Amino acid sequence: MSSRDVILGRVRRALGGPAAPPTSYDTDIDRGYRREHGERTVEQTVDLLAENLADYRAIVHRADSGELPELIAWLLAARGARTVLVPPGLPPEWLSAADPTRVHDRADSTAAELDRVESVVTGCAVAVAETGTLVLDASPDQGRRRITLVPDHHIVVVRVPDQVVSAVPQALERLDPTRPLTWISGPSATSDIELDRVEGVHGPRTLEVILVSGD
Amino acid sequence: MSGTFVGMPAFPKAAHDAVRNTTLRANLRHATHTIRDKRARAVAELDDWAQLREAGKQIKDHTLRHLEHYLVQLEESVTAAGGTVHWAADADEANRIVTRLVRDTGESEVVKVKSMATQEIGLNEHLEAEGIHAYETDLAELIVQLGDDRPSHILVPAIHRNRGEIRDIFEKEMGRWGRPAPDGLSDTPAELAEAARLHLREKFLRAKVGVSGANFMVAETGTLVVVESEGNGRMCLTLPETLISVVGIEKIVPTWRDLEVFLQTLPRSSTAERMNPYTSMWTGTSDGDGPQTFHLVLIDNGRTDTLADEVGRQALRCIRCSACLNVCPVYERAGGHAYGSVYPGPIGAILSPQLRGTTSDIDASLPYASSLCGACYEVCPVAIDIPEVLVHLRERVVQGGEVTRRGAKVTLKPAKGHAAERAAMRAARWAFTHPAALATGQRLASRTRRFHPRTLPGPGRAWTATRDLPAIPAEPFRDWWQRTDGGKDAGK
Ligand code: SF4
Repeated sequence: MSSRDVILGRVRRALGGPAAPPTSYDTDIDRGYRREHGERTVEQTVDLLAENLADYRAIVHRADSGELPELIAWLLAARGARTVLVPPGLPPEWLSAADPTRVHDRADSTAAELDRVESVVTGCAVAVAETGTLVLDASPDQGRRRITLVPDHHIVVVRVPDQVVSAVPQALERLDPTRPLTWISGPSATSDIELDRVEGVHGPRTLEVILVSGD
Repeated sequence: MSGTFVGMPAFPKAAHDAVRNTTLRANLRHATHTIRDKRARAVAELDDWAQLREAGKQIKDHTLRHLEHYLVQLEESVTAAGGTVHWAADADEANRIVTRLVRDTGESEVVKVKSMATQEIGLNEHLEAEGIHAYETDLAELIVQLGDDRPSHILVPAIHRNRGEIRDIFEKEMGRWGRPAPDGLSDTPAELAEAARLHLREKFLRAKVGVSGANFMVAETGTLVVVESEGNGRMCLTLPETLISVVGIEKIVPTWRDLEVFLQTLPRSSTAERMNPYTSMWTGTSDGDGPQTFHLVLIDNGRTDTLADEVGRQALRCIRCSACLNVCPVYERAGGHAYGSVYPGPIGAILSPQLRGTTSDIDASLPYASSLCGACYEVCPVAIDIPEVLVHLRERVVQGGEVTRRGAKVTLKPAKGHAAERAAMRAARWAFTHPAALATGQRLASRTRRFHPRTLPGPGRAWTATRDLPAIPAEPFRDWWQRTDGGKDAGK
């Protein structure tokens, strides 16, 4: 007998025989919890996102779409970045004012190559205000998962208010589970040493978020 | 479970030694109190906490009742998404499967994300014996691994080490495994973290095989979820060419939507954050993004035996948040190592004896490693009634009875000559400093429970047979505990 059969057989016996198919799922679970917490206007939701991002030590900026290229250029310059990773579908105008050399992630580029790049700029799929979370889904403006992981500086552009939801349940609704998803709440952090929070053991140590309005 | 902790003294002895280690106790006390207070604030932000907790409990119970269906569904969805599913009835089989999968890649090194399932089966030791080196990449696990030590907490495994100890370990050991610690390393957490970053990055960048566990597996979609803080998880999950995830069969949730419950309750219960810094979700393989080969190893290793016990089964709801550890007065004093298993604290006291059976000294004594104060139940985000299971297991130790071991029904003999009761008394003695305090503790404890017995159930029955339990006092146990500093005054 295969171990698969052994385990499934044990499960069946443990539960006292073959179980009926779970037709009762929808009625079994009491989903009396909230879809979101509190009532907020759209602006208040965006403000809450900014506040919670900052609370988890992301650096938050605001801009309208016209100011965006200047702001990105300035942030990269302030960081002294000489190279910047660019996902394939990043709107070209976002980096139109920036000086650093663009590095495009290719299928054959190695992790060691990525390790030499200083900054990365991406969009995001959705942002969750109540938790201060950005979700990346590897769409063309975000690129492969590794490009937002290896460089030490990540700039994320969030379109407000379109890409902002209040709470986790609303975020899951918008996401496609077949895509690889990365949820980011603040920069990489550890509290392993006497529970002192330290930013960055492995992921980017600096996370900058630009909340951009207008089209 | 594997023999990782073979030779471990029973809980009372190990706890007694731990209590005398004042550094350990100070570290633990600081840590558990800090997280505990923060958690209360994080939970208070959600006014529907009770409903989220209830939904979490119901989802897990429903899944367990229909586990066969969801396991088969999960296998189908993972396979459809490009992954390969393997089944392991016990630790040995899981280790053999993983070893073979690593061998097939031709590699002799793997990078690992902290995972309790792989600790439970003793995977690192097994791989090492087979000539494959497994590098732990979580900062705390690195500290533990370099220190040739064992983890003591689910979430902060090196909670028992302070910064000075960590600096010494890094200076002495890092060079033996790769990039040495920088010269003149200080003991500030920032510098220590930087040393770990450099040491580990070297490993990530060349790793071809990653090994992980998972916090959740979604049957409907085949999605696996790993929740973490540091990004070492993301490194292991995305940079290698091959990913092997070793996961207990109880980690399933039926639908994508169910994650909305646990992604709200898990971070707040564990690290007391609104959301942990990183969560990775992947469904099979994705073209050109992340590992191109994905293996899921589903392990039983005592879980179906636990499922067969109608009272004890609820332990399988556990999402390993570790909130119960941080509120447990016994854990705070004894430390995680005393529990002799990868699952310490209250959850360890009910899970380990079920996964492994209660035949060894350590496992027979674990159900007594508690004051039954009920604090663990109150904080548990999936409402596991840990005290209820403890009492149930005590009864099993003392009275024997029918249990399921490796899928077969067996009848346990009662523990000989009140050995268990003696174990209980010894366990209690160190926990409460003085036997009089124990009496107070148990009396008060009963108030916070649903049962208000005249005689204690299980082994307590023999003990109380000749004594009436006094009327239940008005003061809750934990208030009493705080007021008297854990019974120091009451016992005098
Ligand atoms: S038993 Fe409950 S509180 Fe303890 S680790 Fe598991 S889920 Fe968390």
